[in-house]
Amino acid sequence: MTQGFERTDDGGFSVTFDDMERGLITSLATQLLDLVTPPHSATTDDPLAAIVGNMAEPVAAPDDVALARLFPDAYRDDPESAQDFRRFTEHDLRLEKCARARSVQDSIVTNDEGDATFVVDEESALIWLGFLNDVRLILGTRLGITEDWQEGLESMSVSDPRIGLFHLYDWLTYIQETLIQSLTGD
Amino acid sequence: MTDRPWVTIVWNDPVNLMSYVTYVFMTYFKYPREKAETLMRAVHHEGRAVVASGSREEMERDTNAMHSYGLWATVGRD
Repeated sequence: MTQGFERTDDGGFSVTFDDMERGLITSLATQLLDLVTPPHSATTDDPLAAIVGNMAEPVAAPDDVALARLFPDAYRDDPESAQDFRRFTEHDLRLEKCARARSVQDSIVTNDEGDATFVVDEESALIWLGFLNDVRLILGTRLGITEDWQEGLESMSVSDPRIGLFHLYDWLTYIQETLIQSLTGD
Repeated sequence: MTDRPWVTIVWNDPVNLMSYVTYVFMTYFKYPREKAETLMRAVHHEGRAVVASGSREEMERDTNAMHSYGLWATVGRD
């Protein structure tokens, strides 16, 4: 079981994951990519549209609760401004989150035997930080996480099908917390 | 009529860690730890906090950056 991230003596960040943990992270990254990859980029024949999206086309707020949380309306009482903002930002934001997930996946692939220790620089640590937060947002939204979810977990029946996901969320939270502590020197 | 400044508002949510929200305010806005923690607590206890003010373009840029970090942010009028 991973102890989370630690600061190394030379200013890097190290973390050790076993086989199962690496499998989990790879799978979570794949699920994030499935959810977040922009709808246009896979199908368009227009190379420019693949990069910038189709800015002339209105982009509706996502129906999916997790996507709605990752890409919230930037204006609460002004649908037109919210849509304009979305049209100019959501595509790039999706690409950025996908790039982080792919980067994490790539680093896992390069080191995949037994208890593998990853040592990353600050730039990569920030990619991990963003990725962990994105995955927690998706999972937390799907689970309907509340401020006092940990108390709910204690009283949850062991046969509840959601219990594994709550533990996964707890595990990701722990890893993210250790990374923040490593970054801030707390 | 005076030109009222625009603001970036961050809203409370149960997923983002308090340490993470503080970290984002310190990193992105370059706020000292004390100010970042005060804002984080305001978000947590009051449900929302104004974290920046300025032109509409600046507030849209800040809001976009908050979304990149995964914080729930909106643009508004002060």
